[in-house]
Amino acid sequence: METQVLIIGGGITGTGLARDLALRGVQCVVVERADINAGASGANHGLLHSGARYVANDPAAARECWEEGSILKRVGAHCIEMTGGLFVAVEGDDERYIADFPSMCGRCGIPVTEVEVKEAREIEPALSDRLIAAYKVEDATIDPFKLSLENIWQAQELGTVLLRNTRVVGFTVEHGRIVSVRTQDARTGQERQIRPLEVVNAAGAWSAQVAALAGVTIDMVYSKGTLLVTLSRVTRHVVNRLRRPSNADILVPGGTVSLLGTTSVKVDSLDEIYPTVEEVDLIVREESAMVPELASTRYVRAYAGVRPLVGSQREGDARSLSRGFALLDHERDGLLNFATITGGKFTTYRLMAEKAADLVCRRLGVSAPCRTRTQPLPSSPVCRWTETGRGPQEWIEKNDPDDALLCECEMVPCSAVDTVVSALEKRGDLVDLVSIGLRSRIGKGPCQGTFCSLKIAGYLYDRGIVKKGEGIKGVREFLRERWRGQHSILWGTQLVQAELQEALHCGVFCQELADLSE
Amino acid sequence: MGHCRECECELAVIGAGMAGMAASLFASNRGITVAQVGGAGGILFASGLLDLLAVHPIEERKVWADPWEGIEALRDDIPKHPLSRIPASKIRASLAEYLAFMESAGIPYAGLDEKNVEMITPAGTCKHTYRIPLTMWNAVTALREKGPCLIVDFHGLKEFNASLLAGTLGVHWPLVRSERLWFPGTDGTSRVFSRHMALSLEKSEYLETLAARLKPLLRQGEVLGMPALLGLHGSSSLLARLEELVGAPVFEIPTLPASVPGFRLKEAFERHLPAKGVKVFFQSKVAGVSAEPDGRFRLRLSEEGDQRGPAAVVAQAVVLASGRFFGKGLSSDRSHVWETIFGLPVWQPLHRSRWHRRDLLDPRGHEINQAGIEVDEAFRPLDARRRPAFERLFAAGSILAHQDWTRMKCGSGVAIASAYAAVEAFCEMRT
Repeated sequence: METQVLIIGGGITGTGLARDLALRGVQCVVVERADINAGASGANHGLLHSGARYVANDPAAARECWEEGSILKRVGAHCIEMTGGLFVAVEGDDERYIADFPSMCGRCGIPVTEVEVKEAREIEPALSDRLIAAYKVEDATIDPFKLSLENIWQAQELGTVLLRNTRVVGFTVEHGRIVSVRTQDARTGQERQIRPLEVVNAAGAWSAQVAALAGVTIDMVYSKGTLLVTLSRVTRHVVNRLRRPSNADILVPGGTVSLLGTTSVKVDSLDEIYPTVEEVDLIVREESAMVPELASTRYVRAYAGVRPLVGSQREGDARSLSRGFALLDHERDGLLNFATITGGKFTTYRLMAEKAADLVCRRLGVSAPCRTRTQPLPSSPVCRWTETGRGPQEWIEKNDPDDALLCECEMVPCSAVDTVVSALEKRGDLVDLVSIGLRSRIGKGPCQGTFCSLKIAGYLYDRGIVKKGEGIKGVREFLRERWRGQHSILWGTQLVQAELQEALHCGVFCQELADLSE
Repeated sequence: MGHCRECECELAVIGAGMAGMAASLFASNRGITVAQVGGAGGILFASGLLDLLAVHPIEERKVWADPWEGIEALRDDIPKHPLSRIPASKIRASLAEYLAFMESAGIPYAGLDEKNVEMITPAGTCKHTYRIPLTMWNAVTALREKGPCLIVDFHGLKEFNASLLAGTLGVHWPLVRSERLWFPGTDGTSRVFSRHMALSLEKSEYLETLAARLKPLLRQGEVLGMPALLGLHGSSSLLARLEELVGAPVFEIPTLPASVPGFRLKEAFERHLPAKGVKVFFQSKVAGVSAEPDGRFRLRLSEEGDQRGPAAVVAQAVVLASGRFFGKGLSSDRSHVWETIFGLPVWQPLHRSRWHRRDLLDPRGHEINQAGIEVDEAFRPLDARRRPAFERLFAAGSILAHQDWTRMKCGSGVAIASAYAAVEAFCEMRT
């Protein structure tokens, strides 16, 4: 397989870069070891930062967030909810920081309005009665899955090839150029050679591992962050703790749910990334100081991601664009057609993609300018099923009794699964429960896939997409994937759900014993 | 109004799952006056299969063809397991008495000597279990012989998918295939419900229409598998009639819950326990409990439905069969697990980080499933000093500690045998 540009990584940076290059007429292949947003891009708050969080520690990143956030609100409005944000302090928080906050925001050009405590509690009744200060900012929320899926969808429409479940296993270098990249299908083990003109490493936390395969060392620090998901939405606004960035500072609405976190735990390895009970308890304890009902609300999920932080960047490296993200041109490492784009924030993905694309285009001799700053991101019907609340809304609007609900918790109808499956099939992509789950709300409600997993597996058998033991194996994979987010939040009502799940899938179906090898 | 505001009896049974039902049955068979309290919804989740013990040790995934040998191994390995603490003769007697009742209530069971058999589950996987409803028996034979077999399902029945079953079974059974048809009287309907379908098959015209639709689908020599829909009552004779009409052996497979076999169990108990003199208050739950001056228990009831039950049950003894988290016998918060009615000590892992493993299907199982009530030899819950919490309080079923019924496939066995042990212990005290 030949291509102009090989992009390694299907997170927001890789998909954003694919779209950017596709809009400039550059042909790309994106290889992704798992699926879209499998790393930190799928394990964040979904917060479109106003920038105010970083005004004290990182003013450059704060400004960048504000500018990029403003662009995304224009070009990607259908992925964004304009919730607005509040920064609130409670008794005991640093009064000096509170007093300095408006001027720090001002210096970064970030609009901020002071709000009376009483008014803040009228706007958000869930806020603590121990509030001592509140400011309004222009935070918003963004659906990270929808955003990445829309980016890659348009790129694919323009000719980009996406290879999922494909990991890079080796580079062939001749005369200072990567001439061939060897990849392996994560499921079948089948290998493939891709011959690119340019290679961009956008593998997020895995960037250092990928670069190492080409003999390039990137100094990275891995910081694990854990977040929790509530069963129902707690506040209308984004609520930030008004203090120096610390653990468990942010509560973000995500459609019909709320997301809270994060922690920051240094980890040495990227294997076995999961939320721990200690992190969950810390988040609940800290955030209930701002919003007391978080101590007793029902949680349906926890998840963890690894922030890719570029460790000790070399002194005076001009290619370091800001403290937020890093574009590393590996020409300095003796590889003329290799670059790594890493670090950064979800909010600044577009800028990261633009800078990486600029570099690649310069090398390719492509003069087409970046268009993502002004050209709206199209809204594709196949990407809309990640939205919370989409199911119930369409169910009422369409009122079609023949369109059976495959996932009753999230009200995902058969037609939605059809849309997602057909889109995957059209591109010759793998269709399984985990892939459908990533592109829709199936299994994301209270039952976490206990019932819908079997119903959707049945649907896949009906359509002849899976055969023999594949479907039931897919159920098992799907439940295990859901479980990764469950085991640390199982108490109260959610423990009851987990017990039912095990009673059914182990007690009755013997999924832990079943032998499906042929 | 005529209803008593206070109900006096010898034994109060709390809980209406398998263990509670069995306790009421055994007690009423022994002439004990019984009042049973608790929502009966949980039993709807039963598949109808009666497990005794199939897997031990769970981390080795060792499956026992002979559950009695398994129980003997259990006595050495996990002496605190409820089945380890009941003599085999009593376990046998409890099952015999339970199955005799089932037979008299119109749900005959079948089995193979004293062995486990392999049965098809609603996911198309296979499960080792001890006794199964007679209407499912041909599945055991068919699964063993792996001859030609047709499994059917019905448009709009979301709880049962024949292509999933045929696909999954097909891994080891190439001659199984699937077909979908309209259930009589529901042609063109997008959603159908198993309980309604079962009731309609009790009418001969529906059964005959179904047979007429099935017969052309069946190939020579095929046995026929179908979702468990053959009536809520008299299923065995409906099965025989269907077999006669289609000219092939037929078997039922339970659907996803709530399945018809669950409804059959519920209705059998709801009909036949009161006939034995058990006072059942399935609409009520226990809101509080206190001791009378004479040592009897006073259970304060709260009504969930709009039916008016008694305000209290006063009993000499109580069998606590309130289940685990799903049954609300146990409850939990971020730091611990507690028993909801008597506030009994609950054996549990020290910290929540040990409750669940990171892999759902970890062969060792989740430690929280071992949590529960510890009891003495008479199945009386222990207090913090490890003495019986009350002279005449017994516990039975899944609330008992040191058993992981989901992994060991011992749920019915534990429920029935521990209910038997508890009732027997009370009988001895009573005389």
